[in-house]
Amino acid sequence: MLETLWFSLIAVLFVGFFFLEGFDFGVGMLARFLGKSDIERRVMINTIGPFWDGNEVWLITAGGAMFAAFPNWYASLFSGFYMALFLMLLALIGRGVAFEFRSKLASTKWRKTWDWIIFFGSLLPPLLWGVALANLMRGVPIDANQNYVGTFWDLISLYSLSAGVAIVLLFLLHGALFLSLKTTGAIKERAEAFALRIGKWTSVVLLLFVVLSYFETDMFTRQGINPGSIPILAGFALLSVHFFIKAGKTGWAFIMTGATIVLSTITVFMCLYPNVMISSLNPDWNLTIYNTASNAYTLKVMTIVALTFVPLVIAYQAWNYWVFRKRVTVEDHLDY
Amino acid sequence: MDALDLSRWQFAITTVYHYLFVPLSIGLAYLIAFMQTMYVIKNDESYKYLAKFWGKLFLLNFAVGVVTGIMQEFQFGMNWADYSRFVGAVFGGPLAVEALVSFFLESTFLGIWIFGWDRLPKKVHLACIWLVAIAATLSALWILSANAFMQEPVGYEIVNGRAEMTDFFALLGNPQLWVEFPHVIFGAFATGAFFIAGISGYKILRKQQPGLFKKSFQISIVVALISSVLTATAGHSQSQHLMESQPMKMAAAEALWETTGESAPWSVVAIIDTENQRNKFNLEIPYALSILSFNSLYGSVPGMLELQEQYVQTYGEGNYIPPVKTTYWSFRIMVAAGMLMILLGALGTWFMLRNKLEKVPLLLKLLIPSIFLPYIANSAGWIMTEVGRQPWIVFGLQHTADGVSPNVTTGMVATSLIGFTIVYGILAAVFVYLVVHFTRKGIETDDGHEIHSAPKDHAEHIPAI
Repeated sequence: MLETLWFSLIAVLFVGFFFLEGFDFGVGMLARFLGKSDIERRVMINTIGPFWDGNEVWLITAGGAMFAAFPNWYASLFSGFYMALFLMLLALIGRGVAFEFRSKLASTKWRKTWDWIIFFGSLLPPLLWGVALANLMRGVPIDANQNYVGTFWDLISLYSLSAGVAIVLLFLLHGALFLSLKTTGAIKERAEAFALRIGKWTSVVLLLFVVLSYFETDMFTRQGINPGSIPILAGFALLSVHFFIKAGKTGWAFIMTGATIVLSTITVFMCLYPNVMISSLNPDWNLTIYNTASNAYTLKVMTIVALTFVPLVIAYQAWNYWVFRKRVTVEDHLDY
Repeated sequence: MDALDLSRWQFAITTVYHYLFVPLSIGLAYLIAFMQTMYVIKNDESYKYLAKFWGKLFLLNFAVGVVTGIMQEFQFGMNWADYSRFVGAVFGGPLAVEALVSFFLESTFLGIWIFGWDRLPKKVHLACIWLVAIAATLSALWILSANAFMQEPVGYEIVNGRAEMTDFFALLGNPQLWVEFPHVIFGAFATGAFFIAGISGYKILRKQQPGLFKKSFQISIVVALISSVLTATAGHSQSQHLMESQPMKMAAAEALWETTGESAPWSVVAIIDTENQRNKFNLEIPYALSILSFNSLYGSVPGMLELQEQYVQTYGEGNYIPPVKTTYWSFRIMVAAGMLMILLGALGTWFMLRNKLEKVPLLLKLLIPSIFLPYIANSAGWIMTEVGRQPWIVFGLQHTADGVSPNVTTGMVATSLIGFTIVYGILAAVFVYLVVHFTRKGIETDDGHEIHSAPKDHAEHIPAI
C-alpha cells in the first residue's frame, strides 16, 4: 500500500518536473534562435529567470524520494544509466551557471558562448530523459542482483531516440507557448509562428514513438493498471494545440501541451506499475516497487513529511508565478 | 587504479569542490539578510546598495553551489550503488527531506528575491532573503544528519543485510549531528565574513568607496571574530565526542600509535612512519590532549595499535587504521587556519573599534589572502573527518570498498572523473574572474555617486549578535 503511494508520489514529482522544467528547457533551446539580438535573448531568458531553479528542484526531489522510498531502484537506475546521467549532469551544470553568468560581462563572445551552453544544456536533458524512459518501458539487461549489465550504447536505439526527439519537440512547443504568454511584440509573434510550425512535427514524432512502443515493448499486454483513455486524451490535447494557437488562445494551447506532458507521464508510470525497471534477461529479475522499497517505517515517516510539504511547495511556487505574472519586455530593466 | 579508487577520488574532488561554495552561500545569505534588514529598518539606501553588491557575488557563488550539488545527490546511486542499497532506507530519508523541505524553499525564494526588488513590498522582499538563509541552514542540518549517520549510526536496525530506519527522531537527535552542525554553521558564517572583510579591506585600502565598504567591513569583521571563536569552541566539543564515538579517528589525528599514560600530550609536529607504525619524531605539548579530550590534565587516550586489536575482536580480521598522515595533517592544517582566523578577526575588530583601520594597511592587506583561510579550514576539516573514518563508509557497518557500484567500470569512472574535473576547473576560473571583475567595479548606487557616511556613526552599525 505504502509502496504504491510512493510510486504515485514519485510519478507526481516527475510530472511536476516535466511540466515545469519542460517549458524552461524549451525556452533554453529557443533563446539562441528565436532571440535575434542580445536584448531579445535576455528577455527570453528572463521569462524563466525567477522559476527555472525552483523547477529543477522537482528533479532533485524525485531523485531524493527515489533514494528514500526505493533505494534499490535508485541504485540500479543511477549506476545502470551511469554515462547518460554523467552527460545530463554536465548539461545541467553548464546550463545552471550559464543563466547566472551570461549577462555578467558585456563581451559578445562571452554571451554567445554561454548562449550555446544554455542551448545544449537545455537540449541534452530532455533528449536523455526520453532515452531513459523508453528503456524503462522496453526493459534493459538487469541481472539477478538488480545490476544493469549492459553498456551505454545498449540504451541507444531508434526506439529510444524517437522518445528523446519526441520529448525535445514537445518541450520546444511547450517553451514556445510559454514565451508567447510571457513576452510581447516581435518575440511573441515569432514564438507563436514557431509553435505552429513545430506542432505538427511534435505530433508526428510522438505518434511514431507510440507506434514503435507497440512493437518494442510489451507495455500494452503487461500493464499493471490500464491507462484507459489517458493516452488518447494526451493525443487529443496535443492535436488541439494547433487550433488554439490559430484561434489566438495561446493560454489554452499552453495548457494543452502541459496536459500532453502530464497525461503521457502518467501513462508511462501506470503501464510500468508495479515494475520500476524491467529486466530483458529474465522477468523474475524485474525490479518492482516491492523488491526495491524501503521498510514500512521509513515509508511512513516519509509519507507524513511529503503530504505536509508537497502542498506547501505547490502553494509558494504558485505564488512565485503570481508575483512574476507580468510579461517581460525589451523596455524592462533587465538584471540578467 | 580501479573503479573503487577512481570513485573515491571522484567523490573526494566533487565533494570538497561543492563544499567550497556551500559555506560561502550560507554565510553570505545571513550577512546580506542583515544588511537588507538595516536598509528596511533605517531606510538607509547605502545598506540597499551593499545588499545588492554582495548579493551579486552571492548569486555567482550560489549558482556553482547548486549545480555541483545535483552531482552530490546523484553520485551515491551512480558510483556507490551497493552503499545506496545498504543504507538507502535510512540515509535516503534525510536527503529526500532536504530537497522537499529546504531546497525547494531556498531555490524558489531566491528566484523571487533576485527578481523581486522592485516588484514586492520591502518587507516581503526582505522576508525572502531570510527564508533563503534559513532554508540553507536547514539544508545543512538535513545533509549533516545523513553524514552523522555515517559517522555514528543511530536509529536503525539491520534487517535482511541492510540498514532500516527504526527511529527518525534518533537520526535527528544523533549526538554526532549536534556537535557537527554548530561547527559547520559557524564555519560557514566565518567563511562569509572573511570573504566580505577581505574584499572590503581591499577597497578601503584602495580608497574606493571607502564609506560604503567600511560599513560592510564593520559588520563582517565582528562576525568573523565571533564565528571563528564559536567554530573553535564547537570543534572542541566535537573532538571530545570523537573520543567516545570514533577513538580511532582521534588517535590517527594525533598520530598516536601507543596508548598514552595517565596524561596525554598533544602533538604539534610529527614525522610519521606508517610502515613501522611509529613516529620518527614528535614535538609534543604535555597534558594538552587530555585537556582537549577530557577538559582535565589527566585522562589516557587510546592509541591506534590497541584500538586495532579491539576492532579485530569486534569486527573481525582487517586493517582498521585510517590513512594516518592525511588525518594527522588535515587536522593540523584546520586548527592552524582556525587560530589565524581568530587572531585576524580579533585584530580587525580591535582596530575597527578604535577607528584606526587606515593606520594599519598591513592588516587590511593580510585580510585579502585570509579570504582563503576558512576555505582551507573547511576542506581540511572534511578531509580529516571523512578520511579518518576509513576503512568504513558507515562506521562499524559497511566498508567503503563494499559500497561501490559493482557494474560501473574503471573506464566509465575515469571518463566522468576527467569530465567533472575539467568542467569544475573551468567553473572555478570563471567564478574567480567574475568575483574579481565585480570587486573592481565596486558598488553600484542609484545616482552613480558614492554615499559617504558620517564617520561618527560607525559605532552604531556594529551588529549586536
